[in-house]
Amino acid sequence: MTTLQTATAVETEKMSAAVAMNSALDLAMAKDDKVVLLGEDIADPIGGVFKVTKGLSTKYGKGRVRATPIAEQSIVGAAVGLALGGYRPVAEIMFCDFLTLASDQLVNHAAKLRYMSGGQSSVPLTVRTVVGNSRFGAQHAQSLEAWFMHTPGIKVVMASTPTEAKGLLTSCVFDDDPCLFIEHIHLEYTNKEEVPTGEVTIPLGTAAIKRPGSDVTVITYGPAVPWSLQAAETLAEEGISVEVIDLRTLVPLDLETVLESVGRTRRAVVAHEATQFCGPGAELAARITEELFGELEAPVTRVGATYAPIPFAKSLRAIPDADDLVDAVRRITGQ
Amino acid sequence: MTETAHQVATAAGTMPSVADLERMYWVMVTTTLADSRAQQEAKAGKLQAAFYPVRGMEAVCAALGAVLEPRDRLVSTYRNLGDVVAKGVPLKSIVAELYGRVDGVSKGKGGPMHLQDDEVGMTATTGVVGSGLPIAAGLGIAAQLDGDGKVVAVTFGDGATSIGAYHEGMNMAALWQLPVLFICQNNRWAEHTPLADYTAAPEFAQRAASYGMTARKVDGFDPIASWRALSEAVQAIRSGGGPVFLEFETYRLTGHTGTADYSYVPKDELARAMTRDPAPNFRTWLIDQGLVAAERLDAIEQEAESAVAEAFAFGAARPQPDVDQLHEDVFADKKLVLDLL
Repeated sequence: MTTLQTATAVETEKMSAAVAMNSALDLAMAKDDKVVLLGEDIADPIGGVFKVTKGLSTKYGKGRVRATPIAEQSIVGAAVGLALGGYRPVAEIMFCDFLTLASDQLVNHAAKLRYMSGGQSSVPLTVRTVVGNSRFGAQHAQSLEAWFMHTPGIKVVMASTPTEAKGLLTSCVFDDDPCLFIEHIHLEYTNKEEVPTGEVTIPLGTAAIKRPGSDVTVITYGPAVPWSLQAAETLAEEGISVEVIDLRTLVPLDLETVLESVGRTRRAVVAHEATQFCGPGAELAARITEELFGELEAPVTRVGATYAPIPFAKSLRAIPDADDLVDAVRRITGQ
Repeated sequence: MTETAHQVATAAGTMPSVADLERMYWVMVTTTLADSRAQQEAKAGKLQAAFYPVRGMEAVCAALGAVLEPRDRLVSTYRNLGDVVAKGVPLKSIVAELYGRVDGVSKGKGGPMHLQDDEVGMTATTGVVGSGLPIAAGLGIAAQLDGDGKVVAVTFGDGATSIGAYHEGMNMAALWQLPVLFICQNNRWAEHTPLADYTAAPEFAQRAASYGMTARKVDGFDPIASWRALSEAVQAIRSGGGPVFLEFETYRLTGHTGTADYSYVPKDELARAMTRDPAPNFRTWLIDQGLVAAERLDAIEQEAESAVAEAFAFGAARPQPDVDQLHEDVFADKKLVLDLL
């Protein structure tokens, strides 16, 4: 097993996030026969519409890799049942938007059964889903992670690199609580990097400083990480040193890393693709303000999607990008 | 029925054994008494909880308890008292949970809508109508993968037949031939709305058959007919025959909740249903058939009465959970929760 911090001279291969997650599931299924997959179109030959489960039904059989009817409520409901029955199900919900159809099972059951049963039940299920503006329109584009952060009892995880996607997904599969693992449609295939071929785990609740800096801290996660790093690069040319923190998991939340960083830089911007209004950034801004009010040089600022459904027309941009973040940093650094 | 004829029928699997008959009677009487007591306590304001009476369904519950093995799993709804008693959850733990006390089966944190006891295969109860069906399908997948002949039973009212989860769960179970027993406790009321006002297709067994599973309608007031149907179904499922749907025709003999108005129920309809009240009718039948003597039934009633009285005294007297329980069992690791506060 490789934990990223201690990885030395392990065998690697160039992988996209989709391939890295496929490897994570493959290794998890090989290691533990209680790992079972279910979701729409996930069996071969298609192997999932995003190909994350490609080859797994051929390798492990259709008993453990189940292509389901188009019925999200029963996909997540069955995952709850499997978890109660001693298995570690990984359910694929094709788009984050379709979690609306499964939210009774996720919110009212998966998240609450341990609590309501006085600790009798464990619900070790993982729901994998995809966000990101994908040219499908407003019903295939929403970043709904804040809804689930707002539901006690469910962990919320978003990776930004192939290696982390593999490590975080593995941790979710073997976690004893329900985990929502949110992928990003553009990150699935675009970035490739050397990823360990063996098992990788990244403990849930550990943020990573992706770029050290001293003037301002950008707190971000998932698809906003690449464009936050891009913004930091632009700002460096202007002489502004930006520290970029990738939260990696939203619940549990590594506030310690965030507060330590902002304590140093004394300025913070939270950047994400979820709707800014009542988004994850609101909670982070409140926490930072509560803990570090006297030390801040400027109000904590947020960069998130504007308050509108995700538009189809390209002229209408709801989701922020590097330029928006650059502007926000300039504002709070007085540039 | 003579003793010998009964022995022959028991051996042939068409009649419960005397021990099972007695146990069924105990479940029915205990459920009836505990149900009435809980309603009284709720009306008196002593039991501050939403309690959903099960009066009218006692025979189905008792028969189910008699055919399931402890390893078989049961998923129920918020109208669950008969189910949990029948599955063998200790009465004191049930009642303490109704009161939200620390000795409740879920340490007082679940309440009457969420009675659960893993020890006896009472795997989950849901407060959301119909949500148990997909969960039962998932437990069915687990049982199928385990390959050890476990059966998963799920109970729900007729009101659940309208919701999407019902359709999704039934379709999945039939598709994959899962070892799931669907038990529709048709009491003819969906909360406060009568059957005729919420569906144009009230033949639930017929609807179930169209998913591609064995389905039939049974007289749910009759414990023996219920036992036979359940027994056959469980046998078929255990031997790999796929899911079975049974609709038990009963009637809700009380209001939707323990304190709800029930004046809207047609008087003649209710009076007719009352003549079929499961426990007293079963008593008469057992005596008439010469299967269990009146004295033995009296003893079972007395036993049930004192068990119920004792459980309510216990439940009401036990302490509520300590405040440190508030953040316990949100996640497996309490520290994660404390970090978020």
